[in-house]
Amino acid sequence: MPEQLIFGMEVFLNGLMAGVLYALVALGFVLIYKASGIFNYAQGVMALFSALTLVGIMEGQVPFGHLVNAIFGTEIHGFGWHVPAFAAILLTMGVMILLAWCVQRFVFRDLVGQEPIILFMATIGLAYFLEGVGDLMWGSEIKKLDVGLPQGINAVIDETTFEWFGYGFFIDNLDIVATIIAALLVAALVVFAQYTKQGRAMRAVADDHQAALSVGISLSFVWVMVWSVAGFVALVAGIMWGTKSGVQFSLSLIALKALPVLMLGGFTSIPGAIVGGLIIGVGEKLFEFAVGPLVGGATENWFAYVLALVFLVFRPQGLFGEKIIERV
Amino acid sequence: MKMKLASLALGATVAAAPAMADLVFPSLSYRTGPFAAGGIPFADGYADYFTLLNERDGGIGGEIAQVPECETAYNTEKGVECYEATKDSGALIYQPLSTGITYQLIPKVTADNIPMHTMGYGRTSAKNGKVFSHVFNYPANYWDGASAGVNHFLEQSGGSLDGKKITLLHFNGAYGREPIPTLEALAEKHGFEFNAIPIDYPGQEQKSQWLQIRRERPDYILFWGWGVMNQVAIQEAANIRFNMENFMGIWWSGSENDVKPAGMGADGYKSVQFHNVGSDFPVFDDIQKYVVDAGKAAGAGDQVGTVLYNRGVYAAFLAAEAAKQAQEANGTSAIDSGMMRDAMESLTITAETMEAAGLPNFGPEFSVSCMNHGGDGMAAIAQWDAEAQAWTLISEFAPSDASVIDPLINADSAAYASENNISEGCS
Amino acid sequence: MFYREAGDFKTSYKDDNQTFPIKFDRYRYYAVLFVAFALVPFIVNDYWVNAMLLPFLIYSIAAIGLNILTGYCGQVSLGTGGFMAVGAYACYKFMTAFPEISIIVHVILSGGVTAAVCILFGLPSLRIKGFYLAVATLAAQFFLVWLFNRVPWFYNYSASGQINAPERTVLDIAVTGPNTDAWAKYMFCLVFLTFCALIARNLTRGTIGRTWMAIRDMDIAAEIIGVNPLKAKISAFGVSGFFVGIAGALLFAVYLGAAEAGDSFGITKSFLVLFMIIIGGLGSIFGSFAGAAFLVLLPVLLKNVLVGMLGWPTDLAAHLEFIIVGGLIILFLILEPHGLAQLWRVAKEKLRLWPFPH
Repeated sequence: MPEQLIFGMEVFLNGLMAGVLYALVALGFVLIYKASGIFNYAQGVMALFSALTLVGIMEGQVPFGHLVNAIFGTEIHGFGWHVPAFAAILLTMGVMILLAWCVQRFVFRDLVGQEPIILFMATIGLAYFLEGVGDLMWGSEIKKLDVGLPQGINAVIDETTFEWFGYGFFIDNLDIVATIIAALLVAALVVFAQYTKQGRAMRAVADDHQAALSVGISLSFVWVMVWSVAGFVALVAGIMWGTKSGVQFSLSLIALKALPVLMLGGFTSIPGAIVGGLIIGVGEKLFEFAVGPLVGGATENWFAYVLALVFLVFRPQGLFGEKIIERV
Repeated sequence: MKMKLASLALGATVAAAPAMADLVFPSLSYRTGPFAAGGIPFADGYADYFTLLNERDGGIGGEIAQVPECETAYNTEKGVECYEATKDSGALIYQPLSTGITYQLIPKVTADNIPMHTMGYGRTSAKNGKVFSHVFNYPANYWDGASAGVNHFLEQSGGSLDGKKITLLHFNGAYGREPIPTLEALAEKHGFEFNAIPIDYPGQEQKSQWLQIRRERPDYILFWGWGVMNQVAIQEAANIRFNMENFMGIWWSGSENDVKPAGMGADGYKSVQFHNVGSDFPVFDDIQKYVVDAGKAAGAGDQVGTVLYNRGVYAAFLAAEAAKQAQEANGTSAIDSGMMRDAMESLTITAETMEAAGLPNFGPEFSVSCMNHGGDGMAAIAQWDAEAQAWTLISEFAPSDASVIDPLINADSAAYASENNISEGCS
Repeated sequence: MFYREAGDFKTSYKDDNQTFPIKFDRYRYYAVLFVAFALVPFIVNDYWVNAMLLPFLIYSIAAIGLNILTGYCGQVSLGTGGFMAVGAYACYKFMTAFPEISIIVHVILSGGVTAAVCILFGLPSLRIKGFYLAVATLAAQFFLVWLFNRVPWFYNYSASGQINAPERTVLDIAVTGPNTDAWAKYMFCLVFLTFCALIARNLTRGTIGRTWMAIRDMDIAAEIIGVNPLKAKISAFGVSGFFVGIAGALLFAVYLGAAEAGDSFGITKSFLVLFMIIIGGLGSIFGSFAGAAFLVLLPVLLKNVLVGMLGWPTDLAAHLEFIIVGGLIILFLILEPHGLAQLWRVAKEKLRLWPFPH
């Protein structure tokens, strides 16, 4: 087999894996957009916030320690305990649910029925707010996150492919785990949406707010639930990316990776987010591989958007988005 | 930190501008934003060293050193605001700690007659004091760093790089592209193959770049990164089992922050440094005693001895030495920014000066002149020991390849001079 | 009482169609112009100009530009940063290539170049709508920044990739470069802002503005009544690009003096300008000013209060700044979802009847 083709296959596989991670972030956007029509700019910051909280709990950091020390002149630096990863994830989930409730109670309850651009703007305010709170609570230095996920090259794949092609493929163990978790997460979400009472309520709200309200579904409950689920997705994304790079401010920028995925897949479709993520992941990696060296590299950022743009010109509502029907 | 906000708030109206006689060293720091992890230790070190001088020696030459801090968040516009807010308070020297802010301030400080020291960043050709009268970048700049890295690889591969392949993995921006001309010239000279792989900001996803490296199998990698890019690159290098011995970062990609997240995988990673590492210096005992234990540290006090903290201390040390020499030269303790500039231009750092400050062998010996604002480009190589969780210098401070770098510096500064109608000084 | 039409009779169509038909409004407008042109230049110092007034003036121009596109024509754009970069780099190339021509011409030409680029990236808007359109403009954002980083011609092959504004003068008074007086920079930007605002105000009142608003409110309906969507959208992108390009050129040449595409014109800039017009008020020239003022002045004010007056550590102050700005955005939205401009409109309505509201 020609060498370039083998390299291409390796790039393709890695693109698929990266695409799954993008899809994970995009999923959080889709959930909230579907159920409440809010384009949640704060999703990236939520991932950062949840990862910060997780590390903080695991390391026994004192929330607002820096602030408390500054005000009272104390020297508090930590509780001095270590919480096991699993318990810490549960606790963080609790915090995210609390956050969801606060968001619903203090922000969106007063903004029901506003135009999308205004809801969008409220999430901008929320993003600013959370960014400040996260930093103030846990400090802005970089933190190592280790919940026991494996990392590094997968030896089995490396050896097998070496036997087949004479060139060992590089697949990151973390990416494999992320793919499995993302697949499970999507399956769980689908089951939840299709077969549970709460899930049906969620879908009903997504279809028609007023009709759902009239048959006795509590809108505020559904919205708190949706924000909690989005918080959970943010936490999973935060763990995956945080394990890679340490938990730090840049984690909030992963939202930028999810935007082209959303556009491509359609704002309203969960399968769209998955397929869109895969297309973007593979597309940008292959382009960088094939064309990147000719034009000087670092093309991934804009190529994802251009790819989405080309798709949209042919399908303005995204791959799986609901067809936009306009009447006068 | 024992600054009690409550009490401070009460006394807020009393707190006025610093008394005019004080020496003012504004610190344009960034403790927030995407690069906060790098900005915090530097700002702590910078402030702590001056606090030490105030507490232990009663200031510099009897004058208290003030370090008003201003948060830039690495944002050029906030940098402008900070500069304007502090320049009228009698600022002696600026250290903006950001390439973008440096470029903006180069013309401004020249017009305002305030020296600027960009230690290991900023505009490399500012080494040419004939064009850049108020900008200093001693003891080393990026081109020195690139040359030091290549020299080290040269030594590592037994004196010849002929037929070897060196890849520059870099931030896709002005900062990351700086070393490319130098490395191209060096490639011609030493006969190695050179290619550059850019990473776009923020650099959280580098699979493409590392797959490319894995395909092309370079013998050595030089790395110009900053922020999250550093952690991810080192992690990915560990993932593909690249030999860390052959992977070297510039000084901004060589702190504890960058290697710790990768755990044992980062063992053996190297970086170029222009100052010493570790906390095994008398000055740190004094800082512990007079500053941290006294509750006067700028940060939490847990950064003492880290690479970036040391860099802050070193920057403050060089500024304080220049101030001292300015005081001696002018026979007055109340110096102004013009005197400070003149003193920086004749600054000489010897082993004795460093020894006296409690920093023996902390940096290279060098002297500055009107023609040469950049010292001799002395840099050393440090290596990370993941077992001991510590950086150690594995080489002496050695000069860079001036025969390659000087022509490049002259060319770039001449272009700047002609574009901005600057006539050369230092006649 | 204040904004009353009663007794303010018009005897010609010209009078009736003037920009500010209410007498009080008109006098207030003259008063603002008088203060801005005749008083402020004499009292400002370096800090006021460089930290607050210049960014406010320049971002106001950018916000007006984006408001025409997003607020009046309904096309969401997240490419403002990239388009500002086009203005900045165009200005740099003009300044260095034709040093003998006035900088005023350079800035205007940069606006023209940006308009052309903006139109090019606006073409997909004929197919793509709403938030989906944001992707087209984001593609512009990332692609343009990448391009300016990648092609050395744009930064005259300098080793550093940074662009520097050389000194240029207007009537022998330096307006760019380090030896510029604060008032000169201020006046230079103020003149541009005034002209941009005047043009924008009059464009949005006329035929073209009405076609934009028709497209914004419902493009299919607009098409049916005879509005040409191609012409309307393209003209909105062009006019918007022109203003944004001028803002980018001024930001680089007058305010920063040096710039790099990724550093100064990144995606955060696009978001910042979008936030300005949303907070200020979509579809309102006044809103553009209010939003720019809010996001430029509030952080500086907060910083000065928290750090300067209360003596807080800078990092705590910076975090609190974020919390306060975010909280205020949410609070404003809950109280008045249509931005600061709407608050102003409501206040005007109240003042009209005051002190006898019934």
